[in-house]
Amino acid sequence: MFNRRKLLLGGAAFALSGCKLLDGANQSDSTLRAMFASAENLTRISQRAANHNALAPEFTAADIRQGQRPNGSTDPDGAEYLDLAAAGFANYRLRITGLVDNPLDLSYAQIKALPARSQITRHDCVEGWSCIAKWTGVPLSTLLNSARPKLTARYALFHCYDAIERSLSGEVFYYESIDLIDAYHPQTILAYGLNDAALPVANGAPLRLRVERQLGYKMAKYVHTIELADSFAPFGGGKGSYWADRGYEWYAGI
Amino acid sequence: MPQGPLIYRQRLITRITHWVWAICLFFLLLTGLQIFNAHPTLNIGAETGFEYDNAILEIGAVEDGDTLKGVTRIFGTTFDTTGFLGVSDGQARAFPAALTIPSNQSLATGRVIHFFFAWGLVIALTVWLVASALNGHLRQLIPTLADLRGLPRDIADHARLRFHHTPKYNVLQKLAYASVLFVALPLMIATGLTMSPGFNAAAPWLLDVFGGRQTARTIHFLIMVGLVGFFAVHMLMILAAGPINEIRSIITGWYRTDRTAVGDTKEGSDV
Repeated sequence: MFNRRKLLLGGAAFALSGCKLLDGANQSDSTLRAMFASAENLTRISQRAANHNALAPEFTAADIRQGQRPNGSTDPDGAEYLDLAAAGFANYRLRITGLVDNPLDLSYAQIKALPARSQITRHDCVEGWSCIAKWTGVPLSTLLNSARPKLTARYALFHCYDAIERSLSGEVFYYESIDLIDAYHPQTILAYGLNDAALPVANGAPLRLRVERQLGYKMAKYVHTIELADSFAPFGGGKGSYWADRGYEWYAGI
Repeated sequence: MPQGPLIYRQRLITRITHWVWAICLFFLLLTGLQIFNAHPTLNIGAETGFEYDNAILEIGAVEDGDTLKGVTRIFGTTFDTTGFLGVSDGQARAFPAALTIPSNQSLATGRVIHFFFAWGLVIALTVWLVASALNGHLRQLIPTLADLRGLPRDIADHARLRFHHTPKYNVLQKLAYASVLFVALPLMIATGLTMSPGFNAAAPWLLDVFGGRQTARTIHFLIMVGLVGFFAVHMLMILAAGPINEIRSIITGWYRTDRTAVGDTKEGSDV
């Protein structure tokens, strides 16, 4: 009887302490965190093996039942961005730089004159919600084929206009990165259209990335520069994206 | 307490995999509730209805004068769940800190730990399945026709807390373990993968099987509730059937049987 009671008490204590059990894993530099985070590689490698170059599911117009829910930055207020927005982005330019043989500097009109791709896809937020919408834009592969990445290039980094955070050390601008497998994927586009209208500011105007096989935070909004690099370590916090620097997975396929 | 001989009932691989997935499921549950807290709503269909309503469960907080009130809406009916769901310790959060890992709100940390133990569960289940297929343990979990004929009797015995300590599992045990191992856990893994945009590209048919990503998320949650229910019954049965003997068998493998069970080889014996 004594043992039975002790067992019950022990079990209850374990359950109650459950909440604080792994709080140490909150520390991004802890060994515990590193151990748990190692599973991300397993996920990335196995998903890459499973999906090769497969397309994300596409939907029909009948599946669009609501507007695309904006999230994260929805209203960048930098002077340069506000000037561009005031002129309807007529003066916007997209730069493709870094490890490329042919750096590009394209106007908004030039981008929209390129062959476009439209796709009705499901946007999955890391928080758990989903929203179906039609995205229209230029395939990133078209731009990369023209910029000709060097053989040493491994990642495409997206630099954005939105200062998502203001700290004592200055403004922190949103940035993201994807590998060249996703960069050349046929559904990876730089979108300027949403549900058959111009992309609204809240959803990332003038240009936002779509990476349909990953979660929403990978799909940088307000992109002004795409930089090809052999490593993302020199950028931001070194983890490859604003959210990866804050503990989220760099590979967001799950 | 049974007075019969000790028998070697659980193989080493059965015991190891049992404890590995017990640990995995514990952390998967509490990190899963952390992840749920980031968007405490369950919907039906491919997407989340923001401009229309396809929710079957919503947990939230509303201001009630100077205080925060926790509200839970299930199939359109709203319940005040202040103190547990929606609002706990005066804070707006769906599941309380005591039920989430980490205890603070951190979707990033919850996800990283969740996927680590998800891999642990998948690996443990695969090892168990292969080993059990080879060593004959799988057959011990599948109810026979004789088992099923004895089902009413077994239910009556359980209801009277009359337990038989036989070398083999009784039919209710077989049904419970088989439904967890062959149905609930595989469904948990499949619905988890159905929520993955990366895996959707590899296996879009899973979305059709489960009726869309948000339905898969809802099923994932409901099976979790079922597994918590299984765990509660599992613990009660251990306590009722003799915890020392039951726990010894899943740690050391040795299980003391009833005196009358000696030499008994009948499936799901009702001696």
